[in-house]
Amino acid sequence: MDRLHTRRAAIRQTLATAAFVALGAVAAPAFADSDVTLSYAMWDQAQMPAMQQIISEFHQAHPHINVKIQLTPWSDYWTKLRTGATGGSAPDVFWMTVAYFKYYAAGGVLTQLDDLAKKDGLDMSVYVPAIRQAYQYDGKTFGIPKDVNSFGLFYNKTLFKAAGVPLPTNSWTWNDVVDAAKKLTDPTKGTYGIVAADADELTWYLTVPQAGGAVISADGKTSGYDDPNTIKGVQFWVDMVDKYHVSPNLQQTTDTDPLSLFTSGKVAMYYGGSWDPVAIAQVPDAKAFTGVVRLPKGDTSKFYSNGLANAIYVNTPHPQEAWEFVKFLSSKRANEIQSTTGTVIPAYQGQADNYIKGLPWLDAKVLIDQLPDAVPFPSSENTPVWRQFATKELANAWAGNESVADAAKKIADQMNAALANEQHGQ
Amino acid sequence: MMASSSQIEQGRSARRIDPKTLRASGLRRRPSHRGWWQGYFFILPTALGIGVFSLWPIFQTLYFSFTTWGAFGGHKWSGFANYRHAFADTELLQASINTLIYTGMALTSVPIAIVVAALLNRPGMKALTIYRTLYFLPVVTLPAAVALMWKLLYSGDYGVINWLLGLAGIDGPYWLSDPAMAIFAVGGVAVWSQVGYNMVILLAGMQTIPRDYYEAAEIDGAGGFRQFFWITVPLLTPSIFFVCVITVINAFQAFDLVYLMISPTNPALTKTETVVYLFYQRGFVENNGGYAAAIAFLLMVAILILTAIQFRLQKRWVHYG
Repeated sequence: MDRLHTRRAAIRQTLATAAFVALGAVAAPAFADSDVTLSYAMWDQAQMPAMQQIISEFHQAHPHINVKIQLTPWSDYWTKLRTGATGGSAPDVFWMTVAYFKYYAAGGVLTQLDDLAKKDGLDMSVYVPAIRQAYQYDGKTFGIPKDVNSFGLFYNKTLFKAAGVPLPTNSWTWNDVVDAAKKLTDPTKGTYGIVAADADELTWYLTVPQAGGAVISADGKTSGYDDPNTIKGVQFWVDMVDKYHVSPNLQQTTDTDPLSLFTSGKVAMYYGGSWDPVAIAQVPDAKAFTGVVRLPKGDTSKFYSNGLANAIYVNTPHPQEAWEFVKFLSSKRANEIQSTTGTVIPAYQGQADNYIKGLPWLDAKVLIDQLPDAVPFPSSENTPVWRQFATKELANAWAGNESVADAAKKIADQMNAALANEQHGQ
Repeated sequence: MMASSSQIEQGRSARRIDPKTLRASGLRRRPSHRGWWQGYFFILPTALGIGVFSLWPIFQTLYFSFTTWGAFGGHKWSGFANYRHAFADTELLQASINTLIYTGMALTSVPIAIVVAALLNRPGMKALTIYRTLYFLPVVTLPAAVALMWKLLYSGDYGVINWLLGLAGIDGPYWLSDPAMAIFAVGGVAVWSQVGYNMVILLAGMQTIPRDYYEAAEIDGAGGFRQFFWITVPLLTPSIFFVCVITVINAFQAFDLVYLMISPTNPALTKTETVVYLFYQRGFVENNGGYAAAIAFLLMVAILILTAIQFRLQKRWVHYG
């Protein structure tokens, strides 16, 4: 981004904030009588019922504000949002994800929310810190946390019992995983101890922080892939495939997705996300044999966690109403409602009871218990560019054609070049 | 392009009608220059459509290919930077090689389509419509459905293809995730869906070849094969030429099958991604619109050059009756 553009964005931001305060102080009562319709963009069909319930309760409290959901599948959501923001017609309120957040914040598309939160006494400390921090740019808040992802080690009780291996516990370490995986692998039956896929968020994004490494530096300016600890976190997974042969190889996990390998009883262990239990429950056998424990520990218990936020479009024609709506979305009540879906853990701490209750067949509480160990998901202004370098390059390591250290060095070089480009405007 | 030789022939004979007849029937008018705008009026809707949705975007793309894009609107002139980048981009080079392999594979659909069309064109062929529909079905099926179905067929561990190979004692590969195999697997699907389209055009071409030629050949003692190679193929060359041009242009713009069958984490991605896939990746995933425009423009130039070469070469092998 060039300097001119940033300055223009800053001016736009200031004006919008000024307009906000003015509206809030003077004009709000005048608007109260006329009906306003807000658009609210999201991508997850599974969360529609909960969102609709939130909207209807919001409408009862604010009869003059209607909210219309704009559902766009993930694959088109970002293209559409970017086009809308470029043309000046983005939705009033929309879901944001960490990987894209800084791009939008730096582009001046999001409303700065600190002043509004302070004015209305919205307590930001109730949200999971990792997500709250992830939606800050230049020290300012541009999104109110909506939900948070947690992860766990899902295991197949039947396969564990058949192999005579004691079930995993919450105090397992990396070594326990490797030992159990070796005993659980049975080439004659085609079953494997674990599934190690080249899928960042569900594999090395969980073990790299545990090894004391980092995908990106804290200031977001340099790659962390060449850090020996990062390499250690990635090596954990590659070894499962190439050294111990206790996981299906990369081609198998590409052809059949890891979750299906787990629910069909082909693999005994699977590192899964807090959204997976709903899909597991759809397979009756899997629902019966699945158990879950906390992520096995490395040197630390930290893990990268993504989470969504609600953001307000900077040029919305209804800033006051949009803020009212986001305030409601961020309330205790709204978080309580959204956790009933069983797909999301609310970012509002202590409101996850419904999530646990929605999954009575699973010890889902362990997923909530480890949330304090979550650290913000790695991101920079243009995350998608370098995120794919890692998956692409590590495919060579997974296939055994290249050492993890060599692949990591290449990723770091490419990623540093991409990050340097970000600083100078592409 | 589709006007076959016999249609042109008919057009000529129509003009040979005796002028007296025309005068008598009052059909002949003196050419008038007063209504010149009427012609333009009639082509206006199409011209507007092409102008707004094709020509204008082409010029815009050319312009944008010399710019660097800001995140949300706004762009600045950056000269040839995007083109310099393109010529140094090894991924673009690989994508171009992949595209050429696809194109080569797609062209094999032409001989296949000729053979299928010739079989369907045999005299006394029954249930022609059913066969024609069957072969044309892949063309009108949604690419997403085609991709999904073939993905299931190709699955390494649970796919039908490997199950069948297993019956024959062959251990089938991971068709879509083996970097050496995936491009041929995807290309095969492209051929499968292109054959029907080419077949219908070639069949139409074949049906314009007068039966007399075959009768004469039969009297001279030519069998089915000789008739095919000495009558059908030469007289079909205008249609074959058209089909080749279209197939090459389509293959150069291949995107949907790769996008739908090869996931972004597939280890075979670099060996299967096409130029248009890379264009999408750079432009819409990585938000680098200027560079994507440069890729698109280079692709257009490549297609133009290839098509021009084809038009030049056709003089040597295409017979217009």
